[in-house]
Amino acid sequence: MIIFVAAQLLPGDVGRAILGPFAAQSSVDQLNEELGTNRSIVVQYGDWVGGVLQGDLGDSYAFSRPVGDLLWPALKNSAKLALLAFVIVVPIGILGGVAAALKEGRLRDRVISIGGLSATAIPEFVWAVLGIMIFGVWLGVLPTTAQAPQDAGFFTQVKYLLLPALCLVFVLFGYIARMARAGTIESLDADYTRTAYLKGLPRRTVIRRHVLRNSLLPTIAVVATQVGYLFGGLVAIELIFNYNGLGQLIYRAAQRQDFPLLLSATLVVGVVYLVATLIADVLYSLLNPRIRLASSES
Amino acid sequence: MSRPEEQVVLAEHPLPETPRGEGDEEARVARRERLRLLSRSKTFLAGALVFGVFVFCAIFGEAVVPYDPLGSPTDILNKLEAPSSSHYFGTDQLGRDVFSRVVVGARDILVVALAATLLGTVLGAAIGLVTGYFRGLVDDVLMRIVDAFLAIPLVILATVALVALGPSKVTLVVVIGIVFAPIIARTVRAAVLSERELEYVQAARLRNEHAPYIMFAEILPNVTAPIVVEFTVRLGYAIFAIATLTFLGFGVQPPSPDWGLQIKENYVILNGGYWWPTLFPALAIAALVISINLITDGISRVFER
Repeated sequence: MIIFVAAQLLPGDVGRAILGPFAAQSSVDQLNEELGTNRSIVVQYGDWVGGVLQGDLGDSYAFSRPVGDLLWPALKNSAKLALLAFVIVVPIGILGGVAAALKEGRLRDRVISIGGLSATAIPEFVWAVLGIMIFGVWLGVLPTTAQAPQDAGFFTQVKYLLLPALCLVFVLFGYIARMARAGTIESLDADYTRTAYLKGLPRRTVIRRHVLRNSLLPTIAVVATQVGYLFGGLVAIELIFNYNGLGQLIYRAAQRQDFPLLLSATLVVGVVYLVATLIADVLYSLLNPRIRLASSES
Repeated sequence: MSRPEEQVVLAEHPLPETPRGEGDEEARVARRERLRLLSRSKTFLAGALVFGVFVFCAIFGEAVVPYDPLGSPTDILNKLEAPSSSHYFGTDQLGRDVFSRVVVGARDILVVALAATLLGTVLGAAIGLVTGYFRGLVDDVLMRIVDAFLAIPLVILATVALVALGPSKVTLVVVIGIVFAPIIARTVRAAVLSERELEYVQAARLRNEHAPYIMFAEILPNVTAPIVVEFTVRLGYAIFAIATLTFLGFGVQPPSPDWGLQIKENYVILNGGYWWPTLFPALAIAALVISINLITDGISRVFER
């Protein structure tokens, strides 16, 4: 469905886009003939879907290489960056959300909620330029490109990825904190929490064993949906930090109207989103005894 | 042939007008109460104030700024000057006054974002009303489309569309509006689903009103709260997306003094210590989205009680 929508939006003249505005019309026609882009949209689309089903994503117009060769290393790089961002943001987001929920309606809650929402609403590239300015140029403590030197060790790589990851952290923090907050408030109001208090458990134990266990479940689902959105943010981040990931690949493909590459990269983003959602569903049922027990009974 | 008869009967015994009159009165009281609460919300007022400043900049900016935001031929002589009393925010690589560009830059992003969100809200509300009221096949198809849209991040979806259609303000409005429509439709649909079971809708049906009348004259006024909240939320997302797309070069085109474009043109010289042409547009974007968030926060608190 998504691919179909994208295929409908096939860019006009691919040969012209590659050769530039000054090329002769005859060479443009020749290139279009070679690439097969002078055929009708339906035929091209059928060809492409057939190829994808056989594991062949086609060749990139702009880079003259198979799309697969370009996609996989880029996906690996992006995954590294995304993983680092998640490792940082998930604990902080949950902590922030729970801290806000425990003081619902008070100053701490308002500061965390509004601060988180504002951080989320500011585009990644704005965080990126602010981060480069403060940490890269004024303080000079972090590198302003994300691509670590060849054969760099683990910690060097992390150091190079820290600034771009932080930009993603800012944008994701609000979502995760908001979900953790809502979940915690709900389970604080629940009957089982009242029971736990009434049977004389200390507040600390009630929160750890009864409130948190229940409140963090919906948060997992949100984290998974954010994996998809993350790739939207990666386009700008990877461009600014000059990092060879999927985002930068999508940007270049879009700039050069490289239709097979753009389509395949978008497809990969969609697949990543679906896989993340699936993993979240599985995790959710593993962690939630109610669902686990219900399914084993039936 | 029974229907015309019914109408005749209804005409002879008109329904008492009082319930609707009372409803109007109640709505007016509720509206006044909401306004009163909004005017007391500090976050809403702060947001509205900042947003108001940007709206002022967008409308009157060109008249009040000290320099031409698009620059003049002699500007190049004083390029990359640090902020001073003659150039509050310094000058950029072409010697253009950054302050003037930041002030006038409010226009494009506000106009495009408001137009796109308005288009998305009108389309989405209409779709949500129709699908929520009739349900059935259209409803199922729409929900699948929403799912498909949600699987691809807005920025990437819009990038693909803008590359295909060619970047311009109109395409930007249309693309973002169309992407927003099904998402807004889903919210409106959820509200309509619970409204359509209420007695006033049944009464309207018994009065033999047309479906469009019931949807737009009876249900619509009762689902305005979620629509208003959704509008402000989407406005924030629209600005996020437009700024990002423009930064990537797929949105508003040069020589517009758009903030995303200014950052795109100037971030590469950050390493040379020229921070002012990047910092001020970045702060402008941040201030604008935060102000919209404060407004959203205030409105949703008042409307969703």
